[in-house]
Amino acid sequence: MATNASAIDSKNAAPITVAYEHPWVVRVAHWLNAVAVFVLIGSGLQVFRAFPSFGPKIPQKNFIDIPKLIALGGWLGGALQWHFTFMWIFIGSGLMYVIYQLATGHWRQVLFLPRDIKGVWPMARHYFLFGPKPASAAAYNPLQKLAYTSTIFFGAMSMLTGLVMYKPAQFWWLAWPMGGYHFARIWHFISMCGFVAFIPGHLIMVLLHGWNNFYSMITGWKRDPEYLD
Amino acid sequence: MSEEHSEEPQSKHEGEQDTPQEGDRQASPAEEASAREEDAQEQPVAPRAARRAGPAGEEVRDVTPRERKRMNRRELLKLVPVIAIGAFAIPKLQEPLLMQGLHFSDWASGKLFGRHRLAQTFRNNDVVPFQRFPYNYYDVADPEVDLDKWTLTVEGRVQRPGDYKLEQIQAFPKVVQNTRHVCVEGWDVIGNFGGTRASEFLRWIGADTGARFLEVECVDEYYESIDMATVLHPQTLFCYEMYGNPLDRGHGAPLRLQMPTKLGYKQAKYLDTIRVTNVLQADKRGYWEDQGYSWYGGL
Repeated sequence: MATNASAIDSKNAAPITVAYEHPWVVRVAHWLNAVAVFVLIGSGLQVFRAFPSFGPKIPQKNFIDIPKLIALGGWLGGALQWHFTFMWIFIGSGLMYVIYQLATGHWRQVLFLPRDIKGVWPMARHYFLFGPKPASAAAYNPLQKLAYTSTIFFGAMSMLTGLVMYKPAQFWWLAWPMGGYHFARIWHFISMCGFVAFIPGHLIMVLLHGWNNFYSMITGWKRDPEYLD
Repeated sequence: MSEEHSEEPQSKHEGEQDTPQEGDRQASPAEEASAREEDAQEQPVAPRAARRAGPAGEEVRDVTPRERKRMNRRELLKLVPVIAIGAFAIPKLQEPLLMQGLHFSDWASGKLFGRHRLAQTFRNNDVVPFQRFPYNYYDVADPEVDLDKWTLTVEGRVQRPGDYKLEQIQAFPKVVQNTRHVCVEGWDVIGNFGGTRASEFLRWIGADTGARFLEVECVDEYYESIDMATVLHPQTLFCYEMYGNPLDRGHGAPLRLQMPTKLGYKQAKYLDTIRVTNVLQADKRGYWEDQGYSWYGGL
């Protein structure tokens, strides 16, 4: 790797330690998915505006009034176009990520398992109540694992509940474990709420960890990774 | 920082073997240490062949700023697939791209459709009371069809085109089914429907069932087109009854389409003309479809 040119370079500049934190597949999946999630939430809310209820049409009891400002697509047909286009990007990038994690074994770093439960509270205390930072040699702390794993859970949930709503005649049996066809719409909404809960926390943590950390999700390389101090 | 590198024999990365520092390793620890001290005093530390890894086995390198820039640039270029979806933000491209997405979804929907797979049917107890089955119309609730003079006009790829009376359509065995009527808006009702299997009537009039579409025109100037696979589905009815009574004027008297494998807007009411065809007219695919809803509209 070290070429002559870099050897000459190095006479004049201090070397920089970088770690390849996020492989290409993960970065592409992350950013495609990030865009898709926003489009799907916005257009989903516009779809919901067409019938803002989980009950019957007659009599109709509206559950919530979604402001047009946060809805995408302008009208039901337009919103469905966004939804039916970006659902493929969402599912595609999600599967791409999950398959990659399984194939490389990286899922071990990030999947939240029962043994991580005990580490959640100390980490939450550190983040929210300024408690001591729990020592950890792992790539992700238990709270991170919980957050990231929950997005996979909500992603799978939104995909399956969406499938039941989209194709109930073909997959009506899939509605059964959800509690029936009408619950698919409720679970779909709840999975959206899961993403809405995840995103602010995620963005705040990204802000707190600064440009260097953020940049590593773009180029993969992180400068002076904290675990090498 | 510099103490670690001599203790890292297990590298996963080749290609670092030929770095200038490799030679240093063969030197005795004492020599090496003194060499390092000199380095530290006289010039910045030369890039070492880093053989460390992150907690998840991340590759770690010591690079010059120039190398780092080059690595970052290379990785940045590889994110082009992400930037590509920025095309959706370009007004001129947005609509065509979304239509492509919709068409792809329709194509996939056609693949998911099972010709012999039946939509769920329900017990009479699950059927919503007739009063709570919504009247949905796009223009007028009652287009004032003259029920006495009404006929169904049959055109296109059929051996026996012409005008058919309601009695001729009702001459077939009546199929009665409790199925879910799903509106694109998000609500649904389970209703009771009775009628003639579309496939039976079409075969009787000698329709080319190998054709691709059935076009439908309505008295209220609503129009629709349905893929032939769905038309021939055993639950697709030319429906003339709801809840055991003749269709009322609000629900499409005297004849409507009823397809539990399609969304509500495909279930055209007040049928006037049906046409078996292989070609759809560009702006006559369906009243709502021409405004941007899914053409397939399958459930």
